[in-house]
Amino acid sequence: MRLLIIEDDKEAGAYLVKAFREEGHVVDLATDGLEGYAQAREGQHDVLIVDRMLPKLDGLSLISSLREQGVETPCLILSALGQVDDRVKGLRAGGDDYLVKPYAFSELLARVEVLARRRKGARGEETVYRVGDLELDRLSHNVTVGGREVTLQPREFRLLEYLMKHAGQVVTRTMLLENVWDYHFDPQTNVIDVHISRLRSKIDKGRATPLLHTVRGAGYMIRESAR
Amino acid sequence: MKALAKLFRTTAFKLSAVYFLLFAAGAVLVLNSVGRHVETVLDEQIARSIDGEIHLLEEIYSEGGLLQLSRSIARRARAPGGMIYLVTTPVGEFVGGNIVASPAIGAKERTLVETLYRRHAEAPGETHIALAKLVILPDGFRLLVGQDIEHHRVLREILGEGMGTSLFWLALIGTLGGLYVAYRMLERVEELSATARRIMSGDLSERLPTSEAGDELDRLAGNLNAMLERIGQLMRGLREVSDNIAHDLKTPLTRLRNRAEAALRGDKSPEEYRAALAAVIDESDGLIRIFNALLMIARAEAGNLGAGMEEVDVGEIADEIVELYEPLAEELGASLEVETQKGLVARGNRELLGQALGNLVDNALKYGVSGASRRVSVTARRVGAMIELVVADCGPGVAPQDREKALERFGRLESSRSLQGSGLGLAMALAIARLHQGNLRLEDNAPGLRVVFSMPWLRAPPPADTPSDRA
Repeated sequence: MRLLIIEDDKEAGAYLVKAFREEGHVVDLATDGLEGYAQAREGQHDVLIVDRMLPKLDGLSLISSLREQGVETPCLILSALGQVDDRVKGLRAGGDDYLVKPYAFSELLARVEVLARRRKGARGEETVYRVGDLELDRLSHNVTVGGREVTLQPREFRLLEYLMKHAGQVVTRTMLLENVWDYHFDPQTNVIDVHISRLRSKIDKGRATPLLHTVRGAGYMIRESAR
Repeated sequence: MKALAKLFRTTAFKLSAVYFLLFAAGAVLVLNSVGRHVETVLDEQIARSIDGEIHLLEEIYSEGGLLQLSRSIARRARAPGGMIYLVTTPVGEFVGGNIVASPAIGAKERTLVETLYRRHAEAPGETHIALAKLVILPDGFRLLVGQDIEHHRVLREILGEGMGTSLFWLALIGTLGGLYVAYRMLERVEELSATARRIMSGDLSERLPTSEAGDELDRLAGNLNAMLERIGQLMRGLREVSDNIAHDLKTPLTRLRNRAEAALRGDKSPEEYRAALAAVIDESDGLIRIFNALLMIARAEAGNLGAGMEEVDVGEIADEIVELYEPLAEELGASLEVETQKGLVARGNRELLGQALGNLVDNALKYGVSGASRRVSVTARRVGAMIELVVADCGPGVAPQDREKALERFGRLESSRSLQGSGLGLAMALAIARLHQGNLRLEDNAPGLRVVFSMPWLRAPPPADTPSDRA
């Protein structure tokens, strides 16, 4: 996928460019708000990564200007401001996701990939998600493994639904907390891990090759089998 | 001189100057109109007596002719009083009377005129002023009757002089008074600004002086003092925070540094390097977490997290948080129970309340689960006008004398030092409670600890006609 990183800090920008290229993505870099705006207006990118504090044109104004111009490229805002109201402001300006500095690259990568996929319009309107012999019916809330029905708690259902919506993609713990529980705080302990292991015991029980994988240092992924 | 110029520039002095000008103008107006009024009254009296005299003399003349008239005038002229008489021939030659001459002898007949005159006995050049009326007698002789109005002039002079004197005193008192008032004001303002300068240069403990008067300056000083008090409080809080940060961040920073140093010492396998780097990242994540928590506490205490306040159902939040932590409790072999009332609507920030309750539950599971009784309960209920969120465990509890310390930043108790945790959980919950106009207190659960998070109850929720988007 093709990314545009708008970041004025040279070192941080270079680091991101290198890291995303190593992941096999095409990356453009803009070092101030106006330059970034000019490049983003072309609409050639899959995801924009926008620093909030930028010279010449700040990140939030940049995004709202793009949206006014009808440019709908998904935007991820990077910011040193991490309070609840800052996040709300960022999303209100037209950002699609918000990540607070300092962050783990794996977290950024996972979020960017999810945003890029959303642009391609994959999964979302489907009513039944399938991964291997695991099926989740979003309307009837039925979950079956190899035809056998599995009983899930409502939250477990939403957890599985989110994982399956992003099947084949890494989903981080904070993404799960945000999207399944709608909380953005730091739960101190890795409570998400315990929820995952519960879910895992229900869908991967007795399976030779599990569907729900732990990606070390990043998060979780659901996919058919180890490639 | 400079000090005087400063006085002249004060608002108080300018006000006094304006008042002085107004009073002076008023005084001039009043004295003038009094003078004019008095003059008019006197003039009327004089005119009446002149008219009476003329009438009398005309009668004498018509009965006894010029001779009788002359005699009568000569007699009258000797009488005391200021009346003047002059009789001349039709061409103006002196016939009789008590004055030498008067230009009024050629004036219009029977009109009152103001004229100068000189008596016979007086030296030429010494003139007086009189009001007079001319009458032309039937055979052409001219008769001038008048009255001296020298006292008018005196009156006018007295009035003028009085006006001058009073204006002088008015100006003097006005200026001095203005200067005095300005000086008093200036003195107090100077005192206030001198103190303010001392405070600005660093001595925040100093306070502005107030007088007994309770005037507007006192009220201003009182308010400024209250402001200083608040600033001082915030400064002390800030200092405490920075002291704590410096102290408690050194430990994880040292650990971080040690790990990096240990990895650099000697040759290691790639796996070992990888493990060391992973440990360094873990350590720095921990630091970032502490920083975030500190920042959040600071912002909550400063009260500028209020933007995200909306109506929230506290019972719902309690259910959600318990649901989030329940698997963790189960893994720890504990039971996490929740009991919530309906209609616990408060004005608050869902994220922050979730964070606070999460901290309390996390703490209870970390420190309050031991021994035989492994039960943590979360209760949300209304007590009077407050909503109380109670997290109770049956663990070792916190001794009464340690409770205050446990609420401080990094106030981890010695007994729990060995357990992981930033020591910021309770401090953060307290800051969030205060941000919500509430409070946090620790109580004895006998055995165990009860943490009570209280905040004002807003009201019962509206009838649920719109389905909640949150399951």
